[in-house]
Amino acid sequence: MVQLSLPRGSKPTKGKVHKAAPGSKDVRTYKVYRYDPEVDADPRWDTFEVPTGDHGPMLLDALIHIKNEIDPTLSFRRSCREGICGSCSMNIDGRNTLACTKGWDECQSHNITIAPLPHQPVIKDLVTDLSLFYAQYDSIQPYLQSDEPDPEKERLQTPAEREKLDGLYECILCACCSTSCPSYWWNQEEYLGPAALLQSYRWISDSRDDATQKRLDDLEDPFKLYRCHTIMNCAQVCPKGLNPAKAIAETKKLMVAPSRKRQAA
Amino acid sequence: MTQPSPTSGGASSDRTGRFVTQPNGHVTPLSPHMGIWRWHVTMAASILFRATVIAATVGALIVVAWLGALAFGPDAYATALATAGSPLGLFVGFGLTVVLFSFILNGTRHTINDTGNGLTIKSSTILSRIAVWAPVPLAILFWVVLFAVGRVSL
Repeated sequence: MVQLSLPRGSKPTKGKVHKAAPGSKDVRTYKVYRYDPEVDADPRWDTFEVPTGDHGPMLLDALIHIKNEIDPTLSFRRSCREGICGSCSMNIDGRNTLACTKGWDECQSHNITIAPLPHQPVIKDLVTDLSLFYAQYDSIQPYLQSDEPDPEKERLQTPAEREKLDGLYECILCACCSTSCPSYWWNQEEYLGPAALLQSYRWISDSRDDATQKRLDDLEDPFKLYRCHTIMNCAQVCPKGLNPAKAIAETKKLMVAPSRKRQAA
Repeated sequence: MTQPSPTSGGASSDRTGRFVTQPNGHVTPLSPHMGIWRWHVTMAASILFRATVIAATVGALIVVAWLGALAFGPDAYATALATAGSPLGLFVGFGLTVVLFSFILNGTRHTINDTGNGLTIKSSTILSRIAVWAPVPLAILFWVVLFAVGRVSL
């Protein structure tokens, strides 16, 4: 359901301002979303003024600096710090991205807004509840389903067949794409979202998988697949440069392919 | 501060059980979305298409009214023509022409997308820019031609 404004109790209020020391050079202002489930208060925007010389080049460096030196209660997920684990996905400067691969000097202004992934339940500060996102990934059965007996060694593919998986298998499930999509914002209980659909197409495209028709049948629903209206936010924000919108369009084409209609008949 | 209540906080229609009462008595808040998002033209094109469809529906009702006037007889039709030729009528006509071009261009964009094309960031941006910006100059050109050939006059 379209919900353009935040519901009561979710609207952030003005929070604390942590000023930089007088005379600090090259100061960036980070406006960070804060919410503590143990404190009787609505979410708030805290402001941290930080000299860029105090931390490394990435937004994650800035957040770690804030946590270590200014406010140890700040919560956020992070692990690999090199764009592989997808843990530090959040909304920075108005777009979803990974804090570990986004440089503060890439942001459009010196006042940088850092918020949790959009339109998600907030557990604490920049940490959101992604249980639905993972359940949707699970629902597309992201594993090989073959009718062939198990081979002695690996299941073989030609280089051309393997090439079809490029741009699909690299997804790190950071949820940047799904939570960037307005269709997902309004219909996330029914629409699977770009990440799950990209992975669905990844298995549909796999020459070793024999469950293609079943996978397509599972998507035969007014919402699961067809809520994609090519808004393209997913492709614009993917930190790995993938294109879920293209994968969704290719899946839609397969849904109406003559070969599929013949099989159904 | 808002007083906690069972219905405050997260998505009002949640069926996933993710929005629960927290230790502080508040329902899990919903993270900001529209208020923080930095728009791109592809997103603007999408929402404009929605608005276009609503406006086109109004346009369809006007066409029905015009046909109704035709059915009612010469006097009613003359009144309809006079209304359409008035400054307000011409303004509405111009607006509906913008809507028509927007509908055609956005429809073309979606048709191209449905074939699996125009879905790179660059191509989708170009197609969306055309769909967002071209309807107004096309409508102006359309009306300039109408005035130039004498089909419409003030």
